[in-house]
Amino acid sequence: MAISFSGIVALLILSLAAPAIAKWRIASPTIYGAALVISAVLFVNAALRVGSPAADCVLPLGLPWLGAHFHFDSLAAFFLAVTNLGGAVASLYAIGYGRHESAPGRVLPFFPAFLAGMNLVVLTADAFSFLLAWEFMSLSSWGLVVSHHRNSDNVRAGYIYLVMASFGTLCLLLAFGLLAGSDGSYAFDAMHSAHDHTLAALILVLVLLGAGSKAGLVPLHVWLPLAHPAAPSHVSALMSGIMTKIAVYAFIRVVFDLLGPPDWWWGVLLLGIAAATTVLGVLQALMEHDLKRLLAYHTVENIGIIFIGLGLALAFRANGMVFAAALAFTAALLHVLNHSVFKSLLFFGSGAVLSATGERDMERLGGLIHRMPQTAFLFLVGAAAISALPPLNGFVSEWLTFQAVLLSPALPQWGLRLIAPTAGAALALAAALAAACFVKAFGVTFLGRPRTERANTAQETDRFSRSAMIALAAICLLLGILPGLAIDWISPATVEMVHGQMPVQRFLPWQTIIPIAQSRSSYNGLLVFLFIAASACLAAAAIHRFASHRLRRAPAWDCGTPSTTPLTQYTASSFAQPIRRVFGSVVFRARECVHMPAPGNTSAARLEVEMHDIPWEAIYAPLAYGVSFLSERLNALQFLSIRQYLSFVFLALVFLLLVIAIWS
Amino acid sequence: MELMRDLAVQGVQMALVLALAPLLTGFVRKCRAHFQRRQGASVVQPYRDLARLLRKDVVLAENASWLFRAAPYLVFASTWVAAALVPTFAVGLMFSWSADLIAIIALLGSARFFLALAGLDVGTSFGGIGSSREVMIASLAEPAMIMTVFTLALIAGSTQLSTIAETMTFAHVGLRVSLGLALVALILVAVAENGRIPIDNPSTHLELTMVHEAMVLEYSGRHLAMIELAAQLKLLLYFSLTGCVFAPFGLVGPESPPWVYGTAIAAYASKLAIGAPLLALFETTTAKMRVFRVPGFLGAALMLGFLGTLLLFVSRSL
Repeated sequence: MAISFSGIVALLILSLAAPAIAKWRIASPTIYGAALVISAVLFVNAALRVGSPAADCVLPLGLPWLGAHFHFDSLAAFFLAVTNLGGAVASLYAIGYGRHESAPGRVLPFFPAFLAGMNLVVLTADAFSFLLAWEFMSLSSWGLVVSHHRNSDNVRAGYIYLVMASFGTLCLLLAFGLLAGSDGSYAFDAMHSAHDHTLAALILVLVLLGAGSKAGLVPLHVWLPLAHPAAPSHVSALMSGIMTKIAVYAFIRVVFDLLGPPDWWWGVLLLGIAAATTVLGVLQALMEHDLKRLLAYHTVENIGIIFIGLGLALAFRANGMVFAAALAFTAALLHVLNHSVFKSLLFFGSGAVLSATGERDMERLGGLIHRMPQTAFLFLVGAAAISALPPLNGFVSEWLTFQAVLLSPALPQWGLRLIAPTAGAALALAAALAAACFVKAFGVTFLGRPRTERANTAQETDRFSRSAMIALAAICLLLGILPGLAIDWISPATVEMVHGQMPVQRFLPWQTIIPIAQSRSSYNGLLVFLFIAASACLAAAAIHRFASHRLRRAPAWDCGTPSTTPLTQYTASSFAQPIRRVFGSVVFRARECVHMPAPGNTSAARLEVEMHDIPWEAIYAPLAYGVSFLSERLNALQFLSIRQYLSFVFLALVFLLLVIAIWS
Repeated sequence: MELMRDLAVQGVQMALVLALAPLLTGFVRKCRAHFQRRQGASVVQPYRDLARLLRKDVVLAENASWLFRAAPYLVFASTWVAAALVPTFAVGLMFSWSADLIAIIALLGSARFFLALAGLDVGTSFGGIGSSREVMIASLAEPAMIMTVFTLALIAGSTQLSTIAETMTFAHVGLRVSLGLALVALILVAVAENGRIPIDNPSTHLELTMVHEAMVLEYSGRHLAMIELAAQLKLLLYFSLTGCVFAPFGLVGPESPPWVYGTAIAAYASKLAIGAPLLALFETTTAKMRVFRVPGFLGAALMLGFLGTLLLFVSRSL
């Protein structure tokens, strides 16, 4: 724990020192290098702490009668490891990427502070310090979102983020208020028994709003695709890959730890929201042609997958099915780890593309596989991992979630029995749509012919950025072929939260994973990987032994009518058009309209597509309208005379006295 | 000894699927020709086609990348591994525990992912149209398939294909509504996944209707041979899958005497011999659909699969 504190203090010092040295030429390598070292130490410390007995500590900070409580158990250690792994690779990437930064003085001070804030949230164990750290994390990341504040889109994104973050904190504040009960026991230890159990449902809803708004649950996800892409790419990776996981941590800590035994219908609520989040997130990603916004929408989808696991765990736990709860909970935590790895990798790839071409819009890119072969390969690994293709890591956690869904017929309640297969179907649909979306993202950005001159003259990214991506791609493969080790590593955290664990996987032959029993289901990523590699090599060897070796280069065939301009290629929008026709009319109320010129008129025909962002239009736009309407009405109050204000004070006093009189 | 036999069975299975796949395609084509009152090519024509493709030069588009050249091998390898894990004549294959039915579907998904990317690689509009339609079809067919797997897994209590096949041989499974729904869903998915009529026409190069052929339009020579073989393996895989789950007769277990294997292979061959004319008959009697009617077709498969699963959540005996 001492190492964690010194690391956090070191990050804060770094953040304070940054403005002083930001003008130096070596400022950004120095700051990011130091952040890399500190995060790496914190990662190793946390990774080794999983499974050790919990440590507690109270520091004389914060509220005088409370102090600042800290608690370092296996769950915290797991999330700290995820956080600092992401922090370390983001720092490594930024050593190279930071050179392209036009205003380093706006990024450097906030970056270590953001890392420190996320570490602190996980460690704190009382409501006051938790909310303080939570707000610190939100504000430092807000500073990074608006670092390029000359762009009006970024300012708007920053504003919406700030509003959503405040709303989330408000909900968490109220939730902790209810948890603390009438005695005001704000330390987490005391909360287990302090709160009124009849209010548990209200607390659950408040936490779902508070943590869900940070994690990106539908319909609270609207700020993610605006704010995550607005930040510099290494920060986008941290916000999308890591900060959403801190929100998952907050949810787990309150609902699984502090709130006590769950009711069965909590699972129904959670699974319903999670299923909607998963499908809506991936469909919105499919409609997107801004590379970084597409990735941010995929974060929404993956948060949905994590919450499907958590919802199942809650449902199983409510029915005392400890073993199934452990399986679902492990699946959720493994997906937390996996998503943080491949989402960081993908954001780094998009950052490399952005710095090489200055473009985020896929429809102005293309053919980058020739210009940036290594980035293209590494992005492809990330794309395959997030599309849940074996033998990479995304498949393992989705497979475990499917196995958990298959245990749900044993649940006694009807509501759960109906919602669990629905969530399973949503997961299956989302997995297939995610693969479609990444065919689009990779195909339009990296394959084909360059659509603009900037895409044609792109250069491979620097070696720091590449080494960060190589490290993450290697982790994607390792977690995919040796998932048993990760499952065993996670199991102490599942013991703490759901009081059960999956069978030990480490000693099974060939590193197979067997969640329940050999006859029921098993998966071996290592062998699948070896089989694919062996058969591909065998096929290639046989071909080269027996078949013709000759190869000619010629113009593309294209059914005999090759086009000269790269603009005739499929774009992101045209690629997604069939899927838009299938799902769009319901989900986005999409309408296509073809305007044909009158016969004889030679002007071009036009195709217009109209799409609606329904959560935004149904919830946020009316809300914003209501607030501005009300504030305009109340605006008149600013221009009164002193006499009128004094009479208002008097009337308020009379009113309050009347209330007290009636009350008593 | 035990190990040797398991290895031999697994090896025979891998070689068998590879050897039989072109024959099955040729047989389906022959049957179709017969139903259409045509003479048709010989059943061994696919072998000749493959041999001819292997002898030819590869003509590669000028801006094709390494992905375009690697994709045929990846597609073939993933499909072959998937096909080798589906029991054909014997259950309890040596490596069947390394991937269950969900993983087999995901392996086919990997193959499709790389093929769709290869379609976009050269940057032609035909490649784009093929890839775009392929992923649209897959985005409905894959969840429908997973729902079918859910139905089977809930009945058998396992996602392991060997265990499912063994369970299906017991009489107590009986006739069930959910199994019927799963069978229909599986067949609809199989038709779509293999690009058969009414979804796609494997023997057409009519520009605006093709899906799979548009995607692989730029391929030639040995690369095309790999892709064709992978497509043939995939057809065989779906035949074996339907056979081992819904007609699990003649499958041999791990502890059987050697002579049983001969009859098991014969049983498997007869399943293919019955299935192929049925597919040809279905293709001859249906008309190709417009592309935007396909979601309705596959949506029905998805709903049937989902309904089958839901019925099992409602009652274990349905």
